[in-house]
Amino acid sequence: MTVDFLFDSLVSLFPSWENTDPFLVISMLIPLVATFGFITVYALVVIYAELKVSSFIQDKVGPMGQGVGLHAGKWGLLQPIADALKLLSKEDIIPSSANKLLFILAPFMIFVGAFISFIALPFNGSIIVSDLNIGIFYILGVGSLAVIALILAGWSSNNKWSLYGGMRSAAQIISYEIPAGLSLIVVIMLAGSLNMQEIIIYQQGGISNWIIFDNPFMPIAFVVYFISALAETNRTPFDLPESESELVAGFVTEYSGMRYAFFFLSEYANMFVVSVVAVTGFLGGWQSPFSGSLDSPLMGVFWMLSKTAFLIFIMIWIRWTVPRLRVDQLMHLCWKVFLPIGLFNIFAVAIWTVLFG
Amino acid sequence: MGIIRGEEMVLNIGPQHPATHGVLRLQVRTDGEIVSSITPYIGYLHRCFEKHCESVTYEQVIPFTDRCDYLASMTMNFGYVVAMEEMLEIKVNDRVQHIRVVMAELQRIASHLLGLGAFGLDIGAFTPFLHMLRDRERILDLFEMTCGARLLYNYMWIGGLSHDLPVGFVESTYKFLDYFEPKIDEFVNLLVHNKIFVERTADIGVMPQDVAISYGVTGPNLRASGLKWDLRRDDPYSIYNKFEFEVPVGEGGKGSVGDCWDRFYVRVLEMKESIKIVRQALASMPKDGDVHQSLPKKIKPPIGSIYKRTESPRGDLGYYIESDGSNIPYRLKMRSPAFTALSVIDEIAAGWLLSDVLAILGSLDIVLGEIDR
Repeated sequence: MTVDFLFDSLVSLFPSWENTDPFLVISMLIPLVATFGFITVYALVVIYAELKVSSFIQDKVGPMGQGVGLHAGKWGLLQPIADALKLLSKEDIIPSSANKLLFILAPFMIFVGAFISFIALPFNGSIIVSDLNIGIFYILGVGSLAVIALILAGWSSNNKWSLYGGMRSAAQIISYEIPAGLSLIVVIMLAGSLNMQEIIIYQQGGISNWIIFDNPFMPIAFVVYFISALAETNRTPFDLPESESELVAGFVTEYSGMRYAFFFLSEYANMFVVSVVAVTGFLGGWQSPFSGSLDSPLMGVFWMLSKTAFLIFIMIWIRWTVPRLRVDQLMHLCWKVFLPIGLFNIFAVAIWTVLFG
Repeated sequence: MGIIRGEEMVLNIGPQHPATHGVLRLQVRTDGEIVSSITPYIGYLHRCFEKHCESVTYEQVIPFTDRCDYLASMTMNFGYVVAMEEMLEIKVNDRVQHIRVVMAELQRIASHLLGLGAFGLDIGAFTPFLHMLRDRERILDLFEMTCGARLLYNYMWIGGLSHDLPVGFVESTYKFLDYFEPKIDEFVNLLVHNKIFVERTADIGVMPQDVAISYGVTGPNLRASGLKWDLRRDDPYSIYNKFEFEVPVGEGGKGSVGDCWDRFYVRVLEMKESIKIVRQALASMPKDGDVHQSLPKKIKPPIGSIYKRTESPRGDLGYYIESDGSNIPYRLKMRSPAFTALSVIDEIAAGWLLSDVLAILGSLDIVLGEIDR
């Protein structure tokens, strides 16, 4: 959508140009740079939120400034920037026994997987980098690129802990994509489209039209999706690939400095992606919860971001509250609990739609 | 199709690893996630304390006992002075005895708080750890008020104490107990009944009673296996026979008797019992009595030896002291409860998954300072 809009405006701005290829490149680059900037700023904000929320949960103050210009700024607002600078200025270490090419490749691959998901995320009726007709399918697809990156990271580090982390993450992410996908199939059945914008437009008309309140089975699908999303993003209680008390740091054990920052960044970027998908699929996307009011395009961005922020807050809340599952319990939960629920949901929603829809 | 034989991998957990509670190396043989055998290697924190004690006077041994089990220094002092007083046949007055019991039980609470918190941390629960450290801090404040130190106190001396209680200590302790008692239920809600915590600990690493006894496991780990054995009750030292308290044992509340969950819950219950003892000791503490009254001028025990055991937060803490009649011990040996608790790990943790091994290690609540000495 945004790419087409930029391209059209460039063409109409310079009608004399015969060759329009440069316009296409420019109109693609602008949203990509903007997306990259958005991810960076968002990561800083959410890291600060994580520090502060965890502090409130743990009865401590978290990053705090002792006064103007001292320590981490007012309320510790500069803490995430200091963290980022620290990571940037760290020595870049590649273990001598590591497979250098794969070791260097892994952090980029994981970031690319998270980054290109942003292309199909709608922020309001018109702000979306590219309004793919298979948007939700595309996001699920590129989301699984992370698995390859994690295995690469785990294998190439030539470290037993990394290997454990990589193997665990492969098993975990591949497994949990299935219940997540099954929950989204229900959404797609109701909306009748894979397009993100059409799914949102289907939920027009206030909070009661959101898919989560569509029928009694949708809250179940939402919970299944949300928990699977937690597992896909390696968040506690499913942070087995990097569980620090078991595997030291899992697949990131050997990574430091900027390469570590990329893993970190893509974890937070993935949190955003899965939250936006949950908001799009179940919570009305950029639609206002009040039918017919507060639904200007700018308010659309506000609703989208605040709903997403709420889900991210819940993720942080869960992370600092519950212990970690064991690897076999994780698989048990996926294959023996979520998968049957997901399949049952599809049939139940189908029958419900035929009878009452 | 033949049976697929996996190749076993040797994995070194430690000496620098977040879950080893110090510098411990566990050499595990793993097939994937399943651990087939565990060999603990100790000695990374060995500081020759027992040998050192042979070249310092009896009074100077006390700081060394502090540094053995650095999470329960008060009870380490306590065990040593009780043994020495029996050897020298010193009778200390009632006030000293009461203060010692108060300190030892507060130390037991502090030690259990850290042990339980670190156990939660091993399982991935970060928040309970910080909540427990927050409350442990208030106990350390009480200790600091008394002797100026927060970790290594050198507080109990042979025949007395280094300082009397400061003004306001009793009130502060009552205030702490009133604050802390409801907090225990908070921990219980946060961890003990948490579904994931129960899944991770119930029926995991079951230590049957006969295994515990044959390995010489003592303290909360033994009680979690169902045996009511507490030296404060069964072989009373100091004035423990004056107080009324229960000895909690593992009952298999969520799984079977002697599992990790029982070892956790027994410690929670023990904190409650310790609070009871502190309250009784504070209530019956005599107002007068000089804590330096029976400090001997010269410590020269008669030729002979003594073995005295006391109940530390980790179990039976024994001191074997041999005297050749001079003012320095001829031989001093500590029986470390954490050492025996660690030795049982291969027996109870082999065959479990890697994550379980670390959970079981956390549930045993070992302190490397005491194992290596």
